[in-house]
Amino acid sequence: MKRSAFAGPYVAWMAMFTVAPLLFVVYFAFKGDSGFTLANIQKFLAPTYLNVLWRSLYLAVYCTAICLLIGYPAAYFLAGKDFSKNQALFVLILIPMWMNFLLRTYAMMSLLEDSGIINQLLKAMGLQPLAMIGTEGAVLTGMVYNFVPFMILPIYTSLKKMDERIIEAAEDLGADPYNVFRRVVLPLSVPGVVSGITMVFMPAVTTFAISRLLGSGNFWLFGDIIERQFLEANDWGFGSALSLVMMMLIIASIGLLNRIDPKKEGSGAW
Amino acid sequence: MRKFFRGTYLGLLLTFLYAPIVVMVVLSFNASKSRAKWGGFSLQWYEKLFRSGEIMHVLYMTILIALIATAVATILGTLAAIGIHAMKSRNANLIMSISYLPMTTPDIVTGVSLMLMFVFIKVPLGYGTMLLAHIAFDTPYVLFSVLPKLRSLNVNLYEAALDLGCPPMKAVNKVILPEIMPGVVTGALLAFTMSLDDFVISYFTSNTDRNLSMIIYAAARKGIEPTIYALSTLMFVAVLVLLLIVNKRSALENVS
Amino acid sequence: MKKLVAVLVMLVTLSISAPALAQGSITVFNWYDYIDESVISMFEQETGITVKYANFTTNEEMYAKLSSGAGDYDVIFPSDYIIERMAKEGMLEKLDMDKIPNATGLVDWLKKPAYDPDGAYSVPYMWGTVGLLYNTTMMPGAIDSWAPIFDPANQKSVFMLDSIRDSLGVALKYLGYSMNTKDQPALDAAKALLIKQKSDGIVKGYLVDEVKDKMVAGEAPMAVVWSGDALYAMSQSEDLQYVVPKEGSNVWVDGMCIPKGSKNKELAEQFINFLCRPDIAKMNMEYIYYSTPIQAVVDGMTDDEKNNQTLNPPQDVIDRCEFFHDISSDMAKYDQIWTEIRG
Repeated sequence: MKRSAFAGPYVAWMAMFTVAPLLFVVYFAFKGDSGFTLANIQKFLAPTYLNVLWRSLYLAVYCTAICLLIGYPAAYFLAGKDFSKNQALFVLILIPMWMNFLLRTYAMMSLLEDSGIINQLLKAMGLQPLAMIGTEGAVLTGMVYNFVPFMILPIYTSLKKMDERIIEAAEDLGADPYNVFRRVVLPLSVPGVVSGITMVFMPAVTTFAISRLLGSGNFWLFGDIIERQFLEANDWGFGSALSLVMMMLIIASIGLLNRIDPKKEGSGAW
Repeated sequence: MRKFFRGTYLGLLLTFLYAPIVVMVVLSFNASKSRAKWGGFSLQWYEKLFRSGEIMHVLYMTILIALIATAVATILGTLAAIGIHAMKSRNANLIMSISYLPMTTPDIVTGVSLMLMFVFIKVPLGYGTMLLAHIAFDTPYVLFSVLPKLRSLNVNLYEAALDLGCPPMKAVNKVILPEIMPGVVTGALLAFTMSLDDFVISYFTSNTDRNLSMIIYAAARKGIEPTIYALSTLMFVAVLVLLLIVNKRSALENVS
Repeated sequence: MKKLVAVLVMLVTLSISAPALAQGSITVFNWYDYIDESVISMFEQETGITVKYANFTTNEEMYAKLSSGAGDYDVIFPSDYIIERMAKEGMLEKLDMDKIPNATGLVDWLKKPAYDPDGAYSVPYMWGTVGLLYNTTMMPGAIDSWAPIFDPANQKSVFMLDSIRDSLGVALKYLGYSMNTKDQPALDAAKALLIKQKSDGIVKGYLVDEVKDKMVAGEAPMAVVWSGDALYAMSQSEDLQYVVPKEGSNVWVDGMCIPKGSKNKELAEQFINFLCRPDIAKMNMEYIYYSTPIQAVVDGMTDDEKNNQTLNPPQDVIDRCEFFHDISSDMAKYDQIWTEIRG
């Protein structure tokens, strides 16, 4: 049996469950009262919506960057030599992922509110309270909080499977720790990094509940607008057009990312 | 010195990750409904939780669906990864690109489009359609976790096994599977998380059946009652215990 | 083999005994936590009809499901403007009022409401107003107008409602227009007012449900809220007061309807009738704590309840409030306005 036949069931499955949403989006995005129309896409090109898109993009980029900055060292430390303790720590880092996302965000709200827990602590210590809730900072914090385990996970996996002997060889050949990291470890961990960036950037761009809860509804993100088109505005055409735009953007960014991963060891496709 | 730095760093990270969870746990014992003021210690929410047959039933169904969806998605995704890996790169790229789509589509779009599809093929909505939808959005996560592992795998080992007379399925089992296992496990974990957290897609692909996230989302609209925090605390403790046991066992196995 | 027979016998006996109790079943689609659960059990016991229950969180979610033919519901609880829209689009069954005799017990002004002029498609379930909830320790003095929420002196002091119709409606009413106007200059004026409100720094956030807890915690001195939420917040904090400002506001009704194509119309009508029974309506009012449309329940209120102007608004308050009408044909315009304000 050809090995490629293994993918058979998945392809069949995908034809139904992946293609259907796609067809739906394309159909509604371009459907007008009299056939094919670009009106929905044109509507999107107004400053109001472009503004929101821009905000979502830069927040997603900040979030991904922060997750990378925080997550890489964490994954690095966890993948280190002390096996059993680090394994337990790794598990501990994963567990918050399983707590319901909405509840965690609510709990984060309790922490950040003006009369919330952090401010109560500050007041008790005689310090000035901080205005945190309702700001972009709060939304960013919420995003990083929710997505950082998704960055740590792939980087950890990729570091863990690294052949120790390569590192030993480098050290034997006289490389100091900095160079070992820069020239051996870092390049070999790139697939994991690319994976992590993908896993964080995608949900970061499409997120919607976080801006409502932590941003107090003060500004909208792209995910909010799309959701509203389907529910409140009842404009499925426009909502589909917006989704299409977002999907294209994400796929383009991932495509760009995969250029950095020449051996295609990451999750790239082109 | 390095150990100290490492310890502090991880410690800070864990504090950041767990602060909201600690808040939830504490609130589950709060006598008052307030989200930020302590009203005294009370077990009333736990009592209310256990008396609510409905919440327990929904919890059971949510976990059941998540487990089944994860299992199916893992098998489907792993087989797919193995198959795609062996394909000509043009076909492989096509399938991969299409596989990205569910992950980039906003939940609302996936939910509404699946709902329309089920209505179109006249399948009544319920736990069954919810399960199918979950499998649909879980599988790409498995696929993309396993594929990188396959790519860094030495294919020659598989070929060598075949040459030495090993039947294909056995070769897959003994040669490929162990190497890609970390990827499979990662994928399964991600899939499980996605299933547990979903509320939008579950709403649109079900009728009167509900899953836990749907209830939390709806309850949040009315004001979250600490009963939900009690539930989360229990789930957290259960997961913690489970994972630590699994961890201990595998650590012991590795040592021996 | 013996085991198989035993199992079969068991199944047969079970299936024989069960149907003797069931008289059919209905599926109810309601807001979350919007009914006293014991009411459902009482109904099931009295009539033998099984009630299956599903929830939605917004009118639009419910509409999305119904309009695509998904789901099989017999009783739904839409809000006024959606009732009007669904009736217009032929999505609702005409109710057989002979089967709902208890509906004669409705308060007069809700018998043929503006959104359902013949009273043919819906029976009111709960109602309320939109008004200003304020914290008397943070804003001393009685408030009777919408003016404070547009006053730049009140920085970061107001929670607006995260709902186009309500927020725009408040602005329109304050400027002296109708909440249902399609008049472009009026809409532009209201839009400008709301944009200015945001850019002046008066708004602290646009919320729906989180507003209750936040007002109780004292996060802001003022909020535009629905009366039901106000009642809850006031029950948790002595500092809060609710008023329907003199410029006028919105009155809303959540009604009970039967979607077109329901296979259990008569059973559904029985359920609706049951909910209109004074003793049942009283239970629901006490559980949900919103205003009730059943006259007998209003008459039977305790003095405290009667004097609670939020729960039991006097006629002059009701008179200065408008119903929302369906403006779905202009939805795109409204949505554009909202995005310009909120984006």
